Amino acid sequence: MAVCTECEAEITLAPSTEVGEIIQCPDCGLDLEVISVDPAELAPAPEEEEDWGE
Amino acid sequence: MKIGILCSLIRKEEKLLFDEFRARGLAFDRIDDRTLILDLHQRRWDFDVILERSINHSRALHTLKYLNDCGVKTVNSYEVASTCGDKLLTTMALIKHGVPTPRVYIAYTPEAALQAIEGLGYPVVLKPAVGSWGRLLSKVNDRDAAEAILEHKETLGSYHHSTYYIQEYIEKSGRDIRSFVVGDETICAIYRTSPHWITNTARGGVATNCPVTPELNDVSVRAAKAVGGGVVAIDVFETKDGLTVNEVNYTMEFRNSIDTTGVNIPAKVVDYVVEVARR
Repeated sequence: MAVCTECEAEITLAPSTEVGEIIQCPDCGLDLEVISVDPAELAPAPEEEEDWGE
Repeated sequence: MKIGILCSLIRKEEKLLFDEFRARGLAFDRIDDRTLILDLHQRRWDFDVILERSINHSRALHTLKYLNDCGVKTVNSYEVASTCGDKLLTTMALIKHGVPTPRVYIAYTPEAALQAIEGLGYPVVLKPAVGSWGRLLSKVNDRDAAEAILEHKETLGSYHHSTYYIQEYIEKSGRDIRSFVVGDETICAIYRTSPHWITNTARGGVATNCPVTPELNDVSVRAAKAVGGGVVAIDVFETKDGLTVNEVNYTMEFRNSIDTTGVNIPAKVVDYVVEVARR
């Protein structure tokens, strides 16, 4: 169980979750980066940068 | 076989690729560009191949240059990333190799850019040379808009906004084509449909299957080869004179195109990565 850094909602990570993945808090909508899956840990996702893309 | 994947944030595409490698029993090392320290004097990298999936163009570009100089095979190569990451270089490569592409003028000052825009004729599209996902594209319909956008770019833009990439506007009738090339083959394609003139799926364009005709395969593979080949996604416009290539993307996103086309794109990419490792 991880906790949203903004609203402290408790979030259960899906088994297939990868470190580095971006998920959205179901309560407040904040984008969160998965820092660790075991133990589950989240951090605010980084802001989009000018050279991001494909 | 030792495989590396250069990445940082994990998009749906990276997850699908990880799953595909794991399903085949192929181990890989994740190389996070955020914690990476490159000792430029250390030239030994013990990898058979590294798949580049960085979300940052600048990190991908410099790391690929270093890895290729160290003799490490990468998908894609530095050459491909360098060309595709800069729209100006992409257009020049397409023209050099005889691939149809919309007319483009380059200028370095607002005054010259305005002259170029009026020489090309309204509307035109102004694009940053480096950028993705349809960011900061401007459709310029008249002189008032041109003057305003050029002033904003000059005042607010970082240095690379001072290279003005001015492209002929192509009327797309609400859609364009995104084709996916792996090696020598166009593996599939989608139409991207939107009421907005920007049709990127990142900006709300809707994906539907597009048959890979011989003409689409030909222009897509020629565009891929023009930028150096590998695993690339080609943006194609349909015009009354035939297909014309808008851009080429080297760290392609494909989450909306697997179910749409019925083609297992990550499997094709992994096949190619393994093939490159064995060369």
